[in-house]
This record gives sequence, structure tokens and C-alpha cells, in this order.
Amino acid sequence: MKFQDPQERNDAMKPPTTTDNWNEVKAAAEAALPAPIVEFIADCRRREHPESHLISVLHKVQGHFGYLSAEHMDAVAQLLQVPAAKVSGVATFYHFFRLRPRGRYVINVCLGTACYVKGADKLVAKLKDELGIDFGETTSDGMFSLEASRCLGTCGLAPVVMFNDDVHPRVTPDQVPVLLQQYLDRARKAPPAAP
Amino acid sequence: MGQVLENYRKLSARAEEALHWTQQAEKIRIQVGSATCENAAGAEEVLAEFRKHIAASGRDDILLRRTACTGRCSCEPIVGVMIPGKTAAKYEKVDRELVHRIFTQHVLGGRPVADRLLDSPPDTMVRYELLFCGSARCGRLLEKDFRQLFLDRLAARKIPESQARVVAANCFGLCRTEVIGKASHVLVLPTKVIYRIADEADLDEILDTHVLGGRIVERLRVPDAPIGQRFFEMYGDVAFFNRQSRIALRNSGIIDPENLFEYVHFNGFEALARALDRNDPAWVVEQVTASKLRGRGGGGYPTGLKWAGAAERPGETKYIICNADEGDPGAFMDRSMLEGDPFSVLEGMMIGAFAIGATRGFLYIRAEYPMAIRRVEHAIAQCREHGLLGENILGSGFSLDLEIRLGAGAFVCGEETALIHSIEGQRGQPRIRPPYPAERGLWGCPTVINNVETFANVPVVLHYGPQWFAQIGTEHSGGTKVFALAGKVNHTGLVEVPMGATLREIVFGIGGGVPGGKRLKAVQTGGPAGGCIPAEFLDTPVDFDTLGKVGSIMGSGGMIVMDEDDCMVDIAKFFLTFSQDESCGKCTPCREGTRRMLEILERITSGKSAPDDLARLERLGKLVKKASLCGLGRAAPNPVLSTLKYFRDEYEAHVTRRTCPARKCTALVRYEIDPGKCVGCTACARNCPVSCISGAPKKVHEIDQARCVKCGRCFQVCRFDAVLRK
Repeated sequence: MKFQDPQERNDAMKPPTTTDNWNEVKAAAEAALPAPIVEFIADCRRREHPESHLISVLHKVQGHFGYLSAEHMDAVAQLLQVPAAKVSGVATFYHFFRLRPRGRYVINVCLGTACYVKGADKLVAKLKDELGIDFGETTSDGMFSLEASRCLGTCGLAPVVMFNDDVHPRVTPDQVPVLLQQYLDRARKAPPAAP
Repeated sequence: MGQVLENYRKLSARAEEALHWTQQAEKIRIQVGSATCENAAGAEEVLAEFRKHIAASGRDDILLRRTACTGRCSCEPIVGVMIPGKTAAKYEKVDRELVHRIFTQHVLGGRPVADRLLDSPPDTMVRYELLFCGSARCGRLLEKDFRQLFLDRLAARKIPESQARVVAANCFGLCRTEVIGKASHVLVLPTKVIYRIADEADLDEILDTHVLGGRIVERLRVPDAPIGQRFFEMYGDVAFFNRQSRIALRNSGIIDPENLFEYVHFNGFEALARALDRNDPAWVVEQVTASKLRGRGGGGYPTGLKWAGAAERPGETKYIICNADEGDPGAFMDRSMLEGDPFSVLEGMMIGAFAIGATRGFLYIRAEYPMAIRRVEHAIAQCREHGLLGENILGSGFSLDLEIRLGAGAFVCGEETALIHSIEGQRGQPRIRPPYPAERGLWGCPTVINNVETFANVPVVLHYGPQWFAQIGTEHSGGTKVFALAGKVNHTGLVEVPMGATLREIVFGIGGGVPGGKRLKAVQTGGPAGGCIPAEFLDTPVDFDTLGKVGSIMGSGGMIVMDEDDCMVDIAKFFLTFSQDESCGKCTPCREGTRRMLEILERITSGKSAPDDLARLERLGKLVKKASLCGLGRAAPNPVLSTLKYFRDEYEAHVTRRTCPARKCTALVRYEIDPGKCVGCTACARNCPVSCISGAPKKVHEIDQARCVKCGRCFQVCRFDAVLRK
């Protein structure tokens, strides 16, 4: 890509004035995303290199919805004035972004080297066995999703499993059923908040 | 005094005023570590519990402080208790119940909870502690065993163990050209005095006057405070720590990472202020070049050269980037630094930006590190508030703003050109270099990218001088390196040692060796880009060049210890699975080559390999190494090639004999029942998930090999060791 003056590129990114349906497209895109994110995108567009904030925007969208749907990505593309192909290209390139909804509790097994040599492979086998799902899948009751993480950076506590934001250090395969039950109990006590 | 230094002095005065705890020497201080792993181990709960206890006691002379992590992961959470006039006591693995004991028995009662002190025998709370510098440059002074000299003198004076204890520490960083080989240094705690001693008579005087008489020997006292002093004062009695040299981690576990004033209190931003006061970017570049500081992200490129390259580029717009996309599995130094001492990284960036003439900078941090992101955000906001970021910093006319950009889980983004693409909002794919980023980087402008640890070292270089820094390391590489020690080692955690320390010193001296009396098989350095170094090379000095010679790399600092239970083929497969998965797909050798290599390794570990698979694997590995576009691909075959070189017999056992010597590769393991030991308890048969074990109660059982899925359940449940794993 040829390097352009930031200001010049900013002008080029402005919505074309000749299309008549921009207002409708914009309204539809804004309706698909929560107001703070719409405001954040507008703010990005006022800054230098607005397209460079694409990853931050996708982080926020996923933070809100838990995943990125085609509709969300399309809305981001319109509002940030970045081609939809680029948005989906970025979303599919990075492991962090998910294109399907996830379970209430996302189980993240660390498969870093330290965890691996301390037996994370056995934990994975047990988790897959107990849940009946593979990595990247969600149980049919929508309760658990299973994911592998590269390294959570808490190698001293290996092997580590995360349930959403809770870090469980030094987990043994025998503890797996107990942990799962704990979270099931917790879910039963606190029904999910309306989205 | 220049305007900049005057402004810095004002900031420093504000800091002293705000930090009432530093003036209140008579107060008792309790400090709790708080970082991602400390919190996972329960530090927040401990902090809350102490808060409750202090409130309930009604005492107003007890201060509760939060610091970050010291890097002693396996003992977390760690709590320090400092009672005026006493040696600081550290407790390991603190929980609620222990909080209560510490508070009632130690804080209120003055008696330490001896059985829970960090790494110490119960009788550890001695009156005086003498830490002598055990580094080569200091210790050579007296040809005799230094420690023994001390002990003999203590015995001659009938000073009991409870009165004084001798500890061998690592370099305090006091060595200067004029004293090398002529003097040694001793830190006496809790008085916090460092003596420089030339001969045995000096030693006698210290023991007589200080230890017995309680008076400081002013004649021998070293006036300056060395960099390691604060750290040794707090942690010097712990073997894991006192054999380290803390430079990049100088403040981790000492200061509150969310308080700019504490950083300023420990000379923070003084190096920046001095550089701005001189107003000579070329001088900064010269200093950094002379220090022999090399890039700590793994490449080892001299930082000074990189800066000089960007500084001499024409153009108004330049950028500085901190690479905090720490993706290597098993490495967590950068996270710990960002969580424990974010200001020093920011100061390093500011100095770098000034040196190359950048006015905007980015910190590219992994999204997986929420606490590091929060702390850096907080630190940037505090810097802005106190005029250390933004327009006209400290009245110098130099302006800089820093911004955080989040990664999104792509290992390849640690490669600098891929990282730049990611900041630009694109797919993080690398491009061909040259042009290097220092020439054409972010948005086509000259850009300097350095690792977190590199930046953390920069303020020290300016503060203590490049000669001092260069002297700490080896001939071509100055300073220290932080390693994340993990795997089959007793003490896991962060280890900072001078460049050139041996692997043996790190794994056995600091890490405490392999648990369970097992034999060390290999040390893996450099993450998925590095190689496995076999036990016979343990005396290799750790440096960029020497590790390259034994087929590994320094890398960013991950260090995984493996014992005899680890199968090297399986480890090679593990790393290749990682590299294969993280291959961005841009160039063919990496995308296709790693895939084919992985297929061969899968064949080998599942017992389906062809006779020429090893030759094919090696040839392919060399090809991928030569032909790939970026560092990820070029380094991806390293774990395979190095294990093929040093552990070829293990590969051959898999290929020709179809066995796994470490019994790790499931498909090659065979379970059998020893008829001599089996008592027919039926435990194995009842637990077998595929019911492939037959035999009546009290009769010898048998495993049907055709149906066995090799889950190992029978092996686990047998209480008579009758199930054999072959």
C-alpha cells in the first residue's frame, strides 16, 4: 500500500456523498452495536489512522457480545469505513476473536510448556471426557466452552485452568469433576442476567 | 541548575511529601505481593484479611502495602513483615489462617511464625545478617574460602548462630574498575550498611565493632547505594534471591506499581531528567551503545546501534514501540515487569523516544494480560498527570505521548514487522526485511521496537553509567538477563542473572535442582524458537552467542527444565504443534514445511513411522530454517533439530524398536500384568473403561492387548505394582 498523508487518507475514508442510502446503512450499523462502541468508533474516526483501531474495536465488540457475528463485523466495517473483507480477515486471523457464541463458563486450559510437562495433556483428556466436547466447542446446555490457551504466564502454578476469569492453579485430573460441579452449582444459584 | 532538573526536583519533593510511609521509620510495615499469579494464589484475600485485622486491632502504627511480584512463583502469595530494627521476615504460601497467626504472633507479639518463613529453617531470625558479595570480581580478593573466613572469626569470638549469620549473595553492583580484585563488599542487615573491605583486619574490625559492639564502622562504609541494595535488604536472606543480580527487576516486589511517587522515591525518572537536561540525543545513544545492551526480546541486536540507525533518519515523524507481545509459552518476565514496575519501562521508552526523536509511542501488549494492561494504563495516566508525558516534558521542550495497543492472540505478532502491521490494524503478517523498521516502520516512518526488558534496563544504564553496566555481563553483552524458570525444577520463578552465568548455576544454584531426586535430562531455552540443551552442556555460560553454538537460542527468556520422564520426541512435537498452529501462512516453507514435519513427528510418536522418516525430518527442518520469511519460521525447526542432534537414540527407539524410553508416547506404551505380583483383587478389571482385563477374583488377571486403549487407569489403580508399563 502506498503511504499517504494521514489527513489525505482521512478525507478518502469519509463516506461518499453520492450514495443516497448512507443514512440508512449508518442507522442500521449503529443499531447493531451498543452506544458506547458506536461512540468509540466515531472517536477513532476523528483521530489519525482511524483504521488502525480496528483490533481495539473488535475487542470491545467481543467484550460486549462474547463473540463476533457477521452482523457485528459488518456494522464495524460500515462505521469505521474499513472494507468488510478486511474486518473478517482480521477477525479470523487472530486467535482471540471468536465467531460463534460461547458457553456461560469458558474453560481455558493452559497448554504452555510448563503446564504441558506438568501434565496438562491429562487434564485436557479428562475435561474432554467429562464434557463430551472438543476444543472450540460448547456443551449442548450452553454451560461450558472448552478452549486451549498458549500460555497464561502463570507457569509457576502449572498446570493452570481458567474458568472465565478465575485461575485454578495446580489442577489434577481428579479435581476436574469437582470443579465442573462447582460451576454448575454456581450457575444454578445465579441464573444468567438478561443480555 | 537547569529548568528540567529543577522541575524534577520539585516532583521529587512532592513525592517525598506524599509518601508519608518513608518518613515513618518507626512504623511496622506489612507488604503483600499482588500480580496475576499472586492473585491466582490468593493474594487479594490475604490483603483483605490483613486489612480486617489491622482495623480490628485499632493500631495506627501498622502500614499495609501492596507491591507486585518478586518472581518466586512456587511460594506465592508472599507476605513481608518489617518491624523497625529487625530483619525483614517473609512468609510463603500465606492463607487466611496464616494471616491470623502472622498478625497475632509476629506483628503484635514480636515472635515470627518460624515454621512458615520463606525458604528458611525455623531458627532463622538472627540479630545480624552479613551478606557478602560472592561474585567473581569481588570474591577473588581473598584466595581463601570467604565464607570459612567469616565462620572461623565468628567462632573465635564465640558469636553464636542466633547472633550473626553469613550469607553468600550475588553481585551488589558495586564493582568499579578501581576496586576490582582489590576489595570485597559485605552488606550488614538489619543496619543496611555496606562495607568495602580490603583485608582480614577489616573483617575483624567489622565483627568487633559492628556485630559485637553495635556501632557502624564509618571508615569502611560505602557511601553510595548500589542498585541491588533495596532488593537484598528485603530478600537477601533467601537463597533463591541472593544468588541473583536484580537490575531489570530492581523494583519488582519493592515498590507499589500503582504509585508513581514510590518510583520517584527510588530515583525514578532521574535518568530521564538528566538526559533531557543535557538535551543531547546523540549522547544518550552513545551511552546505550557503550553499555553493550543488547535486545532482550531474543534477537540480541545491540540497542545502541538500533537507536543510532533510527536517530540518523531524516523526517519529522518517528515512532517508538515497546514489544510486550510475550507469546513464548513458558515465558512471563515481561508480564511480571509490566505488573511490578511499569514506570521503569515507560521511562526507558521516554529516553529512547528522546534519543531517536520520536514524539509518539505505543506499547503493544497481549490481550491475555489484563492486569499488566491495567497497571500500564494507570502508569501512563499518572505520568501525564505529573508532566512526564504529553507536551513539554519537565519543561524541556520535548513532547511524547504513549498509547497502549492490544494484541489479539497471534504469536507471530512478536516479530517486529508483523507487530507493526497489527498496530496498523491489519492481519499480523511479517514482511521481508530490509528495509528494517528503523528505516521504514509504522506507517512508513522510522520506528524503533524494543522489548520490555530492554527498556527496563535503559534508565539503569544512564543512572549508573555504561561502563558499570557493560562490566556486569560478558565481553559482547552487558547487563543481566531475566529468565522464567519453570518445569521440573524445585523453585520456579523469575531469575535474573548476569550474562554469562551458567545453566548449572541457574537450575541448581537458584532453582534448587530437579524435584524427586530425578535426573535432569535437558533444559529448553528460547521457547518454540529455541532448542533443548542436554545435561552435558550445563556448564555453558548463558549468552546470545554461546547458546547459539549449542543449537539453541537465548530467546526472550523462557527456561523449561526437563527430567528423565520427559520424552524428547514428544517435546519436539509439542513445540512444533505450537509453531505450526501459529504459522501465519504467508510463506510456503513455514506454512507447508512445519505441517509436513509435524506429520512425520506424529507418525513417529504413534509407532507408524517409516525407516527414512528421521532423514526426511532433518532435511525438511534444515529447509524450513533456511527458506522461511521471518524469525518464526526460521526458528520453528530448532526444537526438532536440536533434539535430533542430542537425543537421536530416543528418536531411533521410537522408529526402529517402536518404544518410547520415557514411557510418554501413549501409543508406544504397553501395559502388562505381572503374574507374580497380581493377587486378583479385580481393581484393574473394574476400572478398565473398555473392559479388556479378564480374570476371576483371586486369580491372575490378563490384559487383552488388542482391545487395550492404553489409558493407564489399571496402572494407576493397582496397589500391588502388578501392572507394568513397558
